[in-house]
Amino acid sequence: MTKETRQVLQRFAKKRGNLIPILQAIQENLGYLPREAMLEVARFLDIPEIDVYEVVTFYNQFRLNPPGKHSIRVCLGTACHMKGGYITLDAWKRRLNIERGQTTPDREFDLDTVACVGCCVMAPVTVVDNKPQGKVEPTRVDGILLSFKSKTL
Amino acid sequence: MKLTERQGIVAAFQGIKEQAQSQWRGLWRDRPVIMVGAATCGRAAGALEVLGAIKDELKKHGLNYPVIEVGCIGHCYAEPIVTISKPGYPPICYGQVNPVIAQRLIREFVLGDNPCLEFVLGALEKNDLVPSFADFPRARFEQKVILKNCGYIDPEKIEHYIAGGGYSSLAKALQLKPEEVIAQVKKSGLRGRGGAGFSTGGKWEICRNAKGKPKYLVCNGDEGDPGAFMDRAILESDPHSVIEGMLIAAYAIGARYGYIYVRAEYPLAVQRTHLALRQARKLKLLGKNILTSDFSFDIKLFQGSGAFVCGEETALIASLEGKAGAPNYRPPYPATSGLYGKPTVVNNVKTLAYLRHIIQDGANKFASIGTEESKGTAVFALAGKVVNTGLAEVPMGTTLRQVIFDVGSGIKEGKRFKAVQIGGPSGGCLPESTLDLPIDFNSLTAAGAMMGSGGMIVLDEDDCMVEIARYFLEFTQRESCGKCTFCRLGTKQMLEVLDEFTKGKGKIEDLDMLHQLAEDVKAGSLCGLGRTAPNPVLSTLRFFHDEYEAHIKEGRCPALMCRDLIAYYIIPEKCERTCDACVGTCTVEAISSHPTKRYKIIDQTKCVKCGTCLKSCPPQYQAVVRLSPPSLVPK
Repeated sequence: MTKETRQVLQRFAKKRGNLIPILQAIQENLGYLPREAMLEVARFLDIPEIDVYEVVTFYNQFRLNPPGKHSIRVCLGTACHMKGGYITLDAWKRRLNIERGQTTPDREFDLDTVACVGCCVMAPVTVVDNKPQGKVEPTRVDGILLSFKSKTL
Repeated sequence: MKLTERQGIVAAFQGIKEQAQSQWRGLWRDRPVIMVGAATCGRAAGALEVLGAIKDELKKHGLNYPVIEVGCIGHCYAEPIVTISKPGYPPICYGQVNPVIAQRLIREFVLGDNPCLEFVLGALEKNDLVPSFADFPRARFEQKVILKNCGYIDPEKIEHYIAGGGYSSLAKALQLKPEEVIAQVKKSGLRGRGGAGFSTGGKWEICRNAKGKPKYLVCNGDEGDPGAFMDRAILESDPHSVIEGMLIAAYAIGARYGYIYVRAEYPLAVQRTHLALRQARKLKLLGKNILTSDFSFDIKLFQGSGAFVCGEETALIASLEGKAGAPNYRPPYPATSGLYGKPTVVNNVKTLAYLRHIIQDGANKFASIGTEESKGTAVFALAGKVVNTGLAEVPMGTTLRQVIFDVGSGIKEGKRFKAVQIGGPSGGCLPESTLDLPIDFNSLTAAGAMMGSGGMIVLDEDDCMVEIARYFLEFTQRESCGKCTFCRLGTKQMLEVLDEFTKGKGKIEDLDMLHQLAEDVKAGSLCGLGRTAPNPVLSTLRFFHDEYEAHIKEGRCPALMCRDLIAYYIIPEKCERTCDACVGTCTVEAISSHPTKRYKIIDQTKCVKCGTCLKSCPPQYQAVVRLSPPSLVPK
């Protein structure tokens, strides 16, 4: 884990302004920001560990626990909300049996929300594995899950 | 400026331009060209599948016609959109294309001679065969300036942009003195499109005259307003227009380094901006001694990490410095002391996109559009319950009614208009009585909303105004950086009160408290987030007081939206048929048949109120209804 972090760090100058790009690159690589990686970053930039932790917990993009194989991001922008995004979120919670911000015990899916992906005209939107899917209502949730199941069979 | 230097700039640009034009002409040789709208909205609708189908079909017939991914044309309601330009025909745009239709278009129109008029959305040029977009009733109200290129060029090819006149404004600006560029922009009356509407030229002048080096220019593409997607569309469809604007701005203020700050939630915009920067650098339009002049400028792309408050300029700067995005007290304004304490101009994506037009066509042309106080056009992202969702660019001073009913074609499914939410979490909900308001910076603020960045969500009779106020408060409360007490705790208190309202547990005296809290948060917060966070509450309290009272006094949600205040019910007389649609679709198996009769019953203890049964019940039966308060359901 620290090896991967060091590899990422090689690409950056030791400048405080690079903190967020560094964290983004590590998360891109590992899927999340483990404690060891954050400590490594603090040492690299020569800043207090708490400063790294502050930034990581301030921004919505960073996650502290490992993601699932498939990522489910329910858009809760205004248009999506008014067209029932919260109902879609409930459907995902019910089907995956987890809360928002959690990963299923088998590490297959992780569920989270996103403020707005700018596809308001396709509301309600769910971003499945980085692909925005339009008009995802509870029945579509079942359909998407089914398509994953049939792929693994 | 010496004559030789001027000639050098002209000659350097001429070379680039000729090469781009020859490439552009090469594309339009005597053969069909197929364009697929593949911005994020198009992709969400399945544009990539359509693109694949077109390529497969062409390959099957051994054809090598160009298939181009273009950006967003603004008609998002009709995505995925395919445009086919075939010699002998006008360029025809097809809407709601799926892979099957796409294959048919290739077989029958590209290979054959049938333009498949049944799938046509409109033509891009006036002609005798099909109506063009210019013939659409909405065209009378629209005026495209910064959206002109969107959907018409390949955003991943700098040559397309240059062939259409791109970067010629940069060449022109470089031959002027920086002060002359500032004077032009001031004369045009351009005001910042980020929401507050400060004079762009004025900001530049302050920064140019400020002491301290180097100076920085930041493009604010942290479009955090949920419900706004104009900046995304521009960065995905025409990224070079923003880069050219940045170059002009940097030259005017004397900046050496610039940042484009784009939300990480917009991966495609990030990817296309990255590519555009690389291309511009390759042609020496970016970097050292641009177009052989003394002017050097380079841009770095910075991905925002998902914090709404970073749209505020001082918070954005903090985030560029690698800190948590908490705003700072202004003054000093960033124009005198910004990034690393140096003079910094922060301009919105749209503001920068206007610049090439102001330099090219002159300040007077720009100033001739719009109203006395607000010049130019306004770009809105129309979404919600409006028929023609998408992007609309209209001159300032156009009324809300014209935007929603003429450009947007009114409300979906013949429902009644209730309100329009403008300006996202900082804006407000405006009712029907304000629809004839001409849109400009001042009028919207006076009405209790805000221009904001330009998100426009249309709400109909099914949308609850208490719920939308609660939704925005939940958003701002979550996104508050926590620096000021009023914003941190005030929004939390307000959210708790609103939560009670939507659950039917509110008390009537809470209304006054809510109002008071809203005023206090507005007065006591440091940055724009806190100062405008109460707007959605204040505007709904002002215009939709009766809905608040219905929630509190009767435990009833008039719009039948708040889930704690409604129940789904199947009317036995209307249901008694051999139809199982609702039973099959119910996501929690809460619906079953009556043991002896043929109608269905909803088990209220199991029902999660997702509304699937209402949608699945055939329209001719209309047996499923929502009742509020839930106590109306017969035992």
